[in-house]
Amino acid sequence: MVNEILIAGFGGQGVMLMGQILAHAGMEQDLHVSWMPSYGPEQRGGTANCGVVISEDPVGSPVVTEPTECVVMNLPSLEKFESSVRPSGHLFVNSSLCDQEVKRDDIQVVTIPVTEEADRLGNARVANMIMLGALASCLPNLPFDAIKASLRAVLPERHHQLIPINEKALERGRELYQQQ
Amino acid sequence: MKAVFTRPQALSDQATHYCPGCLHGIAHRLVAEALDELDLTERAVGVASVGCSVFTYNYFDCDFQQAAHGRAPAVATGIKRARPDSIVFTYQGDGDLASIGAAEAMHAASRGEKITVIFINNAIYGMTGGQMAPTTLEGQRTTTSPSGRDVSLTGHPLRMSEMLQGLPGVAYLARVSCHDVKHIRQAKQSVQKAFEVQREGLGFAMVELLSNCPTNWGMTPGESLKWLEENMIPYYPIGELKTPEAVTDHGE
Amino acid sequence: MDQDLQLVKGNEAVAEAAARAGCRYFFGYPITPQNELPAYMSWRLPELGGVYLQAESEVAAINMVYGAAGAGVRVMTSSSSPGISLKQEGISYLAGSELPCVIVNMVRGGPGLGSIQPAQSDYFQATKGGGHGDYRMVVLGPSDLQELVDLTYESFNIADRYRNPVMILGDGIMGQMMEPVRFPELLDPQTLPVKEWATTGRGGKRKENNLINSLYLDAEACWEHNQKLGEKYRQMKENETRWEILYEDAEFYFAAYGTTARIVKKALESLRQRGYSVGLVRPISLWPFPDQAFASLAEKARGYVVVEMSMGQMVEDVRLAVGSELPVEFIGTAGGVMPHPSDISDKMETLIREVGGHK
Ligand SMILES: Cc1ncc(C[n+]2csc(CCOP(=O)(O)OP(=O)(O)O)c2C)c(N)n1
Ligand code: SF4
Repeated sequence: MVNEILIAGFGGQGVMLMGQILAHAGMEQDLHVSWMPSYGPEQRGGTANCGVVISEDPVGSPVVTEPTECVVMNLPSLEKFESSVRPSGHLFVNSSLCDQEVKRDDIQVVTIPVTEEADRLGNARVANMIMLGALASCLPNLPFDAIKASLRAVLPERHHQLIPINEKALERGRELYQQQ
Repeated sequence: MKAVFTRPQALSDQATHYCPGCLHGIAHRLVAEALDELDLTERAVGVASVGCSVFTYNYFDCDFQQAAHGRAPAVATGIKRARPDSIVFTYQGDGDLASIGAAEAMHAASRGEKITVIFINNAIYGMTGGQMAPTTLEGQRTTTSPSGRDVSLTGHPLRMSEMLQGLPGVAYLARVSCHDVKHIRQAKQSVQKAFEVQREGLGFAMVELLSNCPTNWGMTPGESLKWLEENMIPYYPIGELKTPEAVTDHGE
Repeated sequence: MDQDLQLVKGNEAVAEAAARAGCRYFFGYPITPQNELPAYMSWRLPELGGVYLQAESEVAAINMVYGAAGAGVRVMTSSSSPGISLKQEGISYLAGSELPCVIVNMVRGGPGLGSIQPAQSDYFQATKGGGHGDYRMVVLGPSDLQELVDLTYESFNIADRYRNPVMILGDGIMGQMMEPVRFPELLDPQTLPVKEWATTGRGGKRKENNLINSLYLDAEACWEHNQKLGEKYRQMKENETRWEILYEDAEFYFAAYGTTARIVKKALESLRQRGYSVGLVRPISLWPFPDQAFASLAEKARGYVVVEMSMGQMVEDVRLAVGSELPVEFIGTAGGVMPHPSDISDKMETLIREVGGHK
């Protein structure tokens, strides 16, 4: 079983952190994992993304080009990555920021307005965690508790007062996924 | 702000890749306006350095060469010596000019190379993600001075213009700032003079433009302009450090 | 799960491994894609009582390394391709003056300013002596982060053993990616053997002056010096050659190192699942090049496909090692483009078909 996950959005949406939590949770489950960021000059504005591979065998290329699970947090990311998702793979769309229909009909699409949901939870910055909660729900290799434990491990110490709201966001994401 | 609604001819119509609020764009415009107004664009050859401004060759509508990190003044020397009639300018950041390229800048100045150097001082390495530059202020936090620049370990911020001031080869030297309209207008005068000095063959000309880097300073564009004014200008005083008499005064 | 496993970024993993190996001095200059390495050192070394200093250029950085190495401490510098080009003069001087140090190159696409994406196009520069003169240095090409950590740690021992620079040849992917690693013990540099030859000042303890120097104006003396170096390089060849072979009984082999070898392993598995008799030779030391690995396969091997993120550099060494009897094919990418497993396996299938091998 290999999950090749691509998470894309704009800088500041916390897509790198989402990937690191997944990779960490995979490591805790004794799986082989890798995390690889897109990197480039500092100029902002474009999309930032990271690839995570979680596998029972050693990881080959850490660069994810044909994801089995793909998360797009904004419209440019949807436009860029929709076509790359592997047939019958999952595409998670932040519908708050992507007012565009997904054209593919050979993949499973999960649309969640995570930006609005985060506002409803009282903190716009946890949109990424809502999405992560949804995404993690379709990764049978990663128990939900492992994700929560990894959140604690990966989040810098100085942000630890934010753990409760982030955990709430993860759970909200799971709920929304299950409702779909 | 002075309303300039038209694009200077010397600028191409390419959208720049700079971060929102970055003053590199204004500095480009000043150079382009000087080339336009002095009617020098057809003779102009730019030298792009290595830094956020590496793609300047896409933004200016004139011939260009791209140089290795810090070596732009040497490349410019080669161009000018081979084609004395061309108007040669470099556009360099503070990492490029004051750190790795300090020797090239110094010796081009010392030889009195008839080139124009546009020196963008934003007190940090922008392109590579915010490392300490020689111009980083005391106490300023960067990714390689995480607890603030400690001058007892890394020395004091380098005042490049003052260092070059004593060299006889230098014909024109000014430090200007781009943080508000008044200063941008002043900066425009200086950039223009720096090209006139070259046109008249008087020697080496450099304009140091105090600039910002909201992205790596971790500030909004507005905050960064204020920070520039309150922190950079006291250490890097603005004004003309050296002027040849033969250059017309554009005074207001 | 294993309590000691940590999820870390490659650049930071090298930095921590070096600190664990007793390196307390780092001199560098910013360049993508290795910036996290100096940034890590900028707080980690002061914390350990060491020194981190950002030099004004790569030229200055490598000469700071020269000074510190000559003063007898474990010292490191890191950069990426254009910066490593600037260090070549210094590396030649380090080798000529017999100074131990570790140099990390997180290779990016070239030539010139090139790209900032991963590449393997500095192989020639690293292994054939990018600087002037008859010198060699051990060049290690890890292919995952644990190996990166282990080889970085070991590289300080190799450097000290031969009084010679050692290079870690990674790439942008290796620097940027995160993977679980386990770090070795933190070594106290005080426990390392004293370097009697170092310029520490006589300190009232010795009569002879110590001199760090590579100038031998007298031709005979320079020749003698080179013979001494040559003997050292011969010993490195004997003792420091490292490689891995997957499937020693295969008929056809890939040869690849570093990140590329990981991708090749994926192509290899899919070919084997389809019944092809294929294996992999993975040089770990790029200099000394593991000729013996290829020699050990001479009886059975019927052909090679060399895969690199370059236009074809290591392939020349493979051809030398294999000789002219066997076909050695090449497939490569450049500028930061990654080779694709299916292109790699297609190349192998074509070779097997042409040579008339069987499933
Ligand atoms: C020889 C070499 N060393 C390092 C680099 C990496 N590098 C790219 S841009 C840059 C410095 C940018 O800083 P600055 O000159 O201040 O310009 P800014 O980006 O702030 O405009 C560096 C060190 C390089 N390209 N070549
Ligand atoms: S990183 Fe800094 S200097 Fe570079 S474009 Fe952005 S704001 Fe300007």
